[in-house]
Amino acid sequence: MNGIYAILLREVKIFFREKERIISILVSPLLFLFVIGRSIGTGANPVRDTPVEVAIKNAENIQIIEGQTKDSLQSTVVQARPISNGASPVQGYTYQQFIFPGILVMVCLFTSITYGLYIIWDKRLDFLKEVLVAPISRTSLFMGKSIGGITGAMIEVVIVLLIGYFFILPVPLWKFLLCVLWLIPVSYMVANIGLSIGARMKSMEGFGLVMSFLTWPMFFFSGALFEISGTSPVIKTISFFDPMTYAVDMVRRILLGYGNFSAYTNITAVGFFAVLTTFIGIKFFGELQQTK
Amino acid sequence: MPSLIIHTEKLSRRFDGLIAVNEISLDIPKGEVFGLLGPNGAGKTTFISMLSTLLKPTSGRAWVAGIEVSNDSLQVRKNIGIVFQEPSVDDLLTGRENLELHAMLYGMARDERKKRISEMLELVSLSARADSFVKTYSGGMRRRLEIARGLLHQPKVLFLDEPTLGLDPAARKIIWNYVKNLSETGDITIILTTHYMEEADFLCDRIGIIDHGRIVQLGSPEELKRKVGGDIVILEGTIEIEALKGLNFIKSVHAGNGKAEITVMDAADNLPVLLKHAGEIDRVEIRPVTLEDVFLKFTGHEIKNEESQDTIFERIVSVKTNK
Ligand SMILES: Nc1ncnc2c1ncn2[C@@H]1O[C@H](COP(=O)(O)OP(=O)(O)OP(=O)(O)O)[C@@H](O)[C@H]1O
Ligand SMILES: [Mg+2]
Repeated sequence: MNGIYAILLREVKIFFREKERIISILVSPLLFLFVIGRSIGTGANPVRDTPVEVAIKNAENIQIIEGQTKDSLQSTVVQARPISNGASPVQGYTYQQFIFPGILVMVCLFTSITYGLYIIWDKRLDFLKEVLVAPISRTSLFMGKSIGGITGAMIEVVIVLLIGYFFILPVPLWKFLLCVLWLIPVSYMVANIGLSIGARMKSMEGFGLVMSFLTWPMFFFSGALFEISGTSPVIKTISFFDPMTYAVDMVRRILLGYGNFSAYTNITAVGFFAVLTTFIGIKFFGELQQTK
Repeated sequence: MPSLIIHTEKLSRRFDGLIAVNEISLDIPKGEVFGLLGPNGAGKTTFISMLSTLLKPTSGRAWVAGIEVSNDSLQVRKNIGIVFQEPSVDDLLTGRENLELHAMLYGMARDERKKRISEMLELVSLSARADSFVKTYSGGMRRRLEIARGLLHQPKVLFLDEPTLGLDPAARKIIWNYVKNLSETGDITIILTTHYMEEADFLCDRIGIIDHGRIVQLGSPEELKRKVGGDIVILEGTIEIEALKGLNFIKSVHAGNGKAEITVMDAADNLPVLLKHAGEIDRVEIRPVTLEDVFLKFTGHEIKNEESQDTIFERIVSVKTNK
């Protein structure tokens, strides 16, 4: 326990000291949100933002800000409609608002996976050796690391939620908090993936490969930018196996009151992946040896 | 084996085609300061890595503090401390934070932690810079922090892999004295590698010379020096090497560039005879055998030290010593 805490403390300290990292991780998600989000939302379907709809949208937002019970929100749940012209698949929300949950998950995904892969640096800089000879089990080391990653991811998530609050989607505090709460197991799971891969990788060169062949696909197939029910069967199938799909779906449920899967399915899926990646990570960490 | 703190049986480690450690069987009793000397790539670090559970042996077995290394590595790690050859302090933390992290990892109580940390910082003269980030430290300061960290939790077995590498002479002396003191006052067993022969001589009770993954010589510094035997006579001038061959008190000759290092039995008695046969000599120097001579003799790496290949002329004369 002490060991887990010691590792965790170190990770959190380091995260706050690397301010460039905090900022740079936000760049691509914000580009998606403001460039793609805005362009597709208004440019591709100029008809969508008719004054009437804007009015409805604003009305809804006001309603939300005023805050109400879950039940009353349930009644405002809007149904998906077939995707057309790249416009928002969810009635009552702009495309930018539609992708906002996906972007939130993206931030969580990128922060956590990068965090996990950073263990390669630890190995390269030999700092890891110090921890590997310490009398803490590899399991504690792994848990300390993966839990340590949550703090960083949550800070990024809160920043994006705040940006969203002011520019895109004002949400009541409880939704805000529910999102953060939901993304804790998500970031834990993703950090596990990063750590597991990082434990196996010898050099930072693999970093780019993981980003191109794993992280970006995980993001794209999650339905962060499109509506899964409206896409091709092949993509649908892949999405089904992408843990991010359920992460995005749940955030959408929380923020937009709309989703393809039940909350129960989402929780089960993410829970399953979190447990699975924990076991994989513990196994890989158990095999960690000195690299130099 | 109650008093043995380290015991290895044919411990080996291969890397692809290369055998880094080759069937080392070694016993180290409790309380000893054991030195591992050997040329670069001899396998010292690999050997220590296996004992400290960082690297799995490819064959053979090892026990540290009575626990088999590949069996219960966590238990082994509770009993050991290590100063790595390569710096492994955390750049993004301050010196003090590095020590705090270490103390927490080793489960030290809060009060003890504070006290030991300031003691250790004082020892390595880093108190003034303790709260600066390690990335602002000089190489020697990092090294000192690393040593402070290795000593912090007072382990049963301490591995020091070239601990004083890159330290200035004053800092080195402080560390030597501390280690010496530690070994004399506590139960601690220290396994040390070094390329500084004076360091090994000063600190070690016993020395193993390791070459190509094998221990080629084992004994106290005195024993090893006696194995080389005699004194070293250094001659400068026009030396007639061939003539020296006939002298039976000469154990070995290393010559090159108008200079010869001759290992001579009873140099005080035999010097006049030697000088008579040696040729035109400008300068003579006699010194006792040092660990360096031992090292060079048993690892056979002296040839690489003398560069200019044409003029060098190297011959080892083996003569039966008159015991
Ligand atoms: N991770 C590794 N992969 C491949 N070869 C390795 C690895 N680690 C060590 N070796 C090889 O094993 C041999 C022994 O290395 P080791 O580091 O134990 O030597 P050493 O005695 O500590 O040398 P030095 O005095 O330079 O520190 C060397 O030939 C080295 O190249
Ligand atoms: Mg070494």
